[in-house]
Amino acid sequence: MAMVTFMSHDGEQHEAPLEEGSSLMQVATNNAIPGIDADCGGEAACGTCHVIVDPAWADKVGRSGPEEEEMLSMNPERQPTSRLSCQVKVCESWDGLTVQLPEFQM
Amino acid sequence: MSSGRAVVVGASHAGVQLVTSLRREGWSGEIVLVGDESALPYQRPPLSKAYLAGKCSLKELAIRSEDFYVKQDVERVTASVQEIDRSAGELVLRTGNRLSYDALALCTGAHPRRLRAEGAELDGVHSLRRSSDVERIREDAIPGRNAVIVGGGYIGLETAASLRSLGLHVTVLEAADRVLERVTAPEVSAFFTRIHQQEGVDVRTNASVEALVGDTRVREVVLASGESVRADFVIVGIGIEPTIEIAEAAGLVVDDGIVIDAHARTSDPDIVAAGDCTSQDIPRYGRRIRLESVPSAVEQAKVAAATICRHDKEVAALPWFWSDQYDLKLQIAGLNTGYDDIALSGDLTRDRDFTCYYLRKGEPIAADCVNRPRDFMTTKRMLTQATAVDMAALTAEVAV
Repeated sequence: MAMVTFMSHDGEQHEAPLEEGSSLMQVATNNAIPGIDADCGGEAACGTCHVIVDPAWADKVGRSGPEEEEMLSMNPERQPTSRLSCQVKVCESWDGLTVQLPEFQM
Repeated sequence: MSSGRAVVVGASHAGVQLVTSLRREGWSGEIVLVGDESALPYQRPPLSKAYLAGKCSLKELAIRSEDFYVKQDVERVTASVQEIDRSAGELVLRTGNRLSYDALALCTGAHPRRLRAEGAELDGVHSLRRSSDVERIREDAIPGRNAVIVGGGYIGLETAASLRSLGLHVTVLEAADRVLERVTAPEVSAFFTRIHQQEGVDVRTNASVEALVGDTRVREVVLASGESVRADFVIVGIGIEPTIEIAEAAGLVVDDGIVIDAHARTSDPDIVAAGDCTSQDIPRYGRRIRLESVPSAVEQAKVAAATICRHDKEVAALPWFWSDQYDLKLQIAGLNTGYDDIALSGDLTRDRDFTCYYLRKGEPIAADCVNRPRDFMTTKRMLTQATAVDMAALTAEVAV
């Protein structure tokens, strides 16, 4: 099965299966990945599902949209490949994807 | 303590977060999640929005997948709880069965306030809290029909927007002199009234309901003024009341919600509670508050799970809320209770985006942000960190 790796701020790794059509946030919450709070449940309303996509994967995963951009713009841990994981629909062809988690979700 | 059987009563946002956090905090024993709806626990906020508008299925609203409960070894039980037998450490279910617990969490939520008017029991009169409510409303929501919504709060206005998108005629009846009267500044109420009117909603204020009239099914709504409004169906959205009956009967302290401390403990330190059923002293506001909010339910649940596992955690997060109506995304940071002034950014009489900052003695305490995610995140961060603020800079019109 295609897997994604979530890397915590302090280097801890958690793997989860990529289920086609789910959001990356759902993949994280369904697998109890620590560090993804997802308070609003996927409405791009809270900004607590921030992930930083491995730059090598950024084109495949896609860049943030305008609304997402505004939500992320104030975030001190923001990186060029930052995304709100609720806005990323995953594909099973993304086996080996790695994303970093910020130290704080805000 | 981190073994034995932990029982969580109520399978919604707080309950699901609680079982998630219990495992994360190291609870190694059994976890039982008791809920009175048989569907997988689902998100409630989209019920009045995407779910009512027919844009998503209940399955898509699941807070966690079925698989999650299997992997986390959480047993889901569909049952209603009749009573908490504290001395025996057991729950009495409505079936008469008993379920023993070593740790107990109450996430019993809230239920819609009932309309006190003649005819409120007629067919075609709905409330909106559960998926089954929305399924009944959807059967009635045929394009061209007349929907009357009693209550101009967030639920009422979200429902109005969804029903307009389905092509119904919609009337909103608000008893106060403006919509959102309890929660926003008059300028913001005027904004939402304007938007709903532009979208074709008949918004009536100072409109208290005298009676609902019909033979077996509602046909019209009669107002205190004597006017009457034609109704093919009615949705009552006049607020919620905390579901506290089993807690109260068990002798826990209840005061507009199950009273909890900063560690989410009830008056019985061995029982925790979280979510819409609770009322809590919030130091930031200097008083006890019952918050009706998913983020708050989630925050309290995380703390409650830590408390059960004997870890020291306190509820600290800033309350925040959101609402979607048409193309408007409202995000609210903080509670505006006690504000003495506002500062506006944007033209509320013309635009579809603005921020309304609420001030107390010159300091911002909350903000309503419509289609301004950046302002929301800035305010949320600023209030969380209690950083000094330059209000002139915040409300300056910047081209971005």
